[in-house]
Amino acid sequence: MADVNRGNRPLSPHITVWRWQVNSITSILVRITGNAMFISAILIVWWLTAAATSESYFAFADGIITSFIGDVVMTLSLLGLWFHTLGGLRHLIWDTGRALDMETSDLMGWGMLFGSVVLTALTVIII
Amino acid sequence: MAFMTDRKRVTGLGASHTGTGAFWTMTVTSVALLILTPLFVFIFGPLLGEPHAEVIATLSRPFPAIVTGLMIVVGLYHFRLGVRVMIEDYAHGFAREAWIIVMTIASYALMAAGLFAVAKIAL
Repeated sequence: MADVNRGNRPLSPHITVWRWQVNSITSILVRITGNAMFISAILIVWWLTAAATSESYFAFADGIITSFIGDVVMTLSLLGLWFHTLGGLRHLIWDTGRALDMETSDLMGWGMLFGSVVLTALTVIII
Repeated sequence: MAFMTDRKRVTGLGASHTGTGAFWTMTVTSVALLILTPLFVFIFGPLLGEPHAEVIATLSRPFPAIVTGLMIVVGLYHFRLGVRVMIEDYAHGFAREAWIIVMTIASYALMAAGLFAVAKIAL
């Protein structure tokens, strides 16, 4: 009985009805970056196993990862990594019960968005 | 006979019966990754595009090898717990169980492959 008309009932308010705000966007991006980095992890582990295998196979793997598309993927991975790191830092601060008010949360959200771009630019320059 | 009261057996475990273990592990691995991430970025990054001999020489030194190994283990352990939360949010029924099993295996497999590579290079 409970399953009658499942899927055709009115839903409670969902993400489509809310105004976008920095808090929700950064939260969603933390999830996306964290899970997308599995692809980066696969590439890095593949590169390491190639280095452990032979010089010629390493040249092949290294050539793909440092190709134009490879550079784009690795730079986006770096951006995602810094963003997720800042997001994790925000969670660690929140977990202590601090900075939970809207203003500070929004400020930290903007800090993550701009901070990750700045950190990525700095890393690319240094490396 | 177990000298444990029923109360003792359930205290702190909550509705999930598993307690706050996953949350606490995420907290610990987050702090560890806060330290490991910058170290790893500036060890691994400069090695991209370097000659094979250079890569082997760097990863043969203790510090870069240990940081890389730790980044692989802690990072993928953190990922395993994180991806599980995402699966539990979006997948239901059989798909949920199947995805959790697949991603857990994939996480540990990648961890093993990465560790093997670092060990083979370093030792």
